Amino acid sequence: MSKEQTENKTSVPSGSPPIEVHDLTVAYDQKPVLWDIDFELPKASLTAIVGPNGAGKSTLIKAAMGLIEASSGYTLIYGKPLDKQRNRVAYVPQRESVDWNFPISVMDVVLMGRYPHLRLFQRPSRRDKEIAIKALTETGMDAYQKRQISQLSGGQQQRVFLARALAQDADIYLMDEPLAGVDAATEDVIFNKLKELRDRGKTVVVVHHDLQSVPENFDRTMLLNLRMIACGPVSEVFTDDNLQKTYGGRLNILSQMIEESRQQRFVRETDS
Amino acid sequence: MISSTAWILITAILVATSCALVGTFLVLRKMSLMGDAISHAVLPGIVIAFLLTASRNTFPMLIGAGLFGLLTVWLTEELSKKGRIFHDASMGIVFTTLFAIGVIMISLFAANVDIDQECVLYGEIAYVPWDLWIWRGMNMGPRPVWILSLVLFINISFITLMYKELKTYSFSPQLAATLGLPVGLIHYGLMGTVSFTTIASFESVGAILVVALLIVPPATAYLLTDRLHRLLLLAVLFGITSAVGGYYMALWINSSIAGAIAVMNGLQFALVFVLAPKYGLLGKKLAGRRIQRAGSELITTPEPSRH
Repeated sequence: MSKEQTENKTSVPSGSPPIEVHDLTVAYDQKPVLWDIDFELPKASLTAIVGPNGAGKSTLIKAAMGLIEASSGYTLIYGKPLDKQRNRVAYVPQRESVDWNFPISVMDVVLMGRYPHLRLFQRPSRRDKEIAIKALTETGMDAYQKRQISQLSGGQQQRVFLARALAQDADIYLMDEPLAGVDAATEDVIFNKLKELRDRGKTVVVVHHDLQSVPENFDRTMLLNLRMIACGPVSEVFTDDNLQKTYGGRLNILSQMIEESRQQRFVRETDS
Repeated sequence: MISSTAWILITAILVATSCALVGTFLVLRKMSLMGDAISHAVLPGIVIAFLLTASRNTFPMLIGAGLFGLLTVWLTEELSKKGRIFHDASMGIVFTTLFAIGVIMISLFAANVDIDQECVLYGEIAYVPWDLWIWRGMNMGPRPVWILSLVLFINISFITLMYKELKTYSFSPQLAATLGLPVGLIHYGLMGTVSFTTIASFESVGAILVVALLIVPPATAYLLTDRLHRLLLLAVLFGITSAVGGYYMALWINSSIAGAIAVMNGLQFALVFVLAPKYGLLGKKLAGRRIQRAGSELITTPEPSRH
């Protein structure tokens, strides 16, 4: 991998980085779930956020998106506050976080990706619809445009979410477990799309739970467990030592097996 | 001259339409009972407006009720956000307390207040034709019809102007926020229109039955369609048919009109709940058999084109 050699955590790229988070601390009921997180990510990077359950992975991107009130800290997007730059950041929530019985079609959901580019009261134009159709084609979902969203499998729902993010045409993509409970074909589609976005210069951040697929698919990784354990190129920070620090004693064979069987059951439940 | 029957029907249709439109978003947002909460909690607002202006002029009452409606929503959210308390429990605390304060205010100032508790709770749509608006000596027709028309106009404008915002927000408030949509404006705008709709419907159908008109027609329509714009239209249709049907049912059995309208709502819902082709009891049974035959992944339900 050549991309990661150009940057690492300490080097400061010229100009403002796409995303920088400073001193981020989040607490629920006085109990910290994220402690003093600092990081910045370069252009053209594909980063996996990994860590054990309850490590604060989802919380980190939600807090960075301003969806959760942080006790302290702030996010800058290209050096400016997030609120002025919403259209440059596409966020893909966890699949379970929305109501899939909601009465809208696949097309309606993907068109939502165009809303940051529209003014208040303004309706999507023909061009917006073309962009949405293109995004659906790229994720292999164009045949499902008119489907109601509950009539999709888990993998298809995840692709629709990805298509929505693509339609937004953002510079930064923050995705919360886009690969949770998807079939193998969808996993390929999503990984290819994420790599393509990176190659087009985008900053892509993915909350990810499958450690084994990190080295071959991501070029950077963030190891998180309440604190930032390490953040940088996979080849430098994705080490046994850091994994041990992140997962503690839990990363032994037994817990791996439990984790694996749990995930497999999850796949079967949600993807049938 | 328009007959009093026509005025009553017009009033009922206006109430039903306004309620169905905003009620659809309450149901989708899983906030159906917020309509209930607001319809009760606005009582102190009405009494205060009445005491301040010493008249039953509807505009100060609309404003008073609107403010208390938004106060209810805001207090409910703050309590559940800041304290160790669930959202629904928080709502229960806020609206019962505010409503009780309203009731006490009425009984304390009963001597000066011409507000009838019965009327607030149950409404009296039959009196609408005689509640006239006299403007510069001219008889402009029943006052409630004017007020309800205004509220309906506000609701329709709000929903058409903010359609994409409301759609996204009801689908997922989080998504709406990350897309940079003005979630505060959408949320309090929706709650504001619910408050206005509730207070304007008060005199006609009362605080309790307005909840039926807010929730039941959208819930009925939800069993029949997978598209938001059709859901809105169907909800309005069910609201109107129950309003008209309820009126004639009330004449027939000589009962309260508002009560009959709500019963009609319930009957329509029961019918659709059983008979709806896709989401009704029968439809689900049939679909279950089809799935057994074809396997769930291959099922495609026939879908009429979008436009």
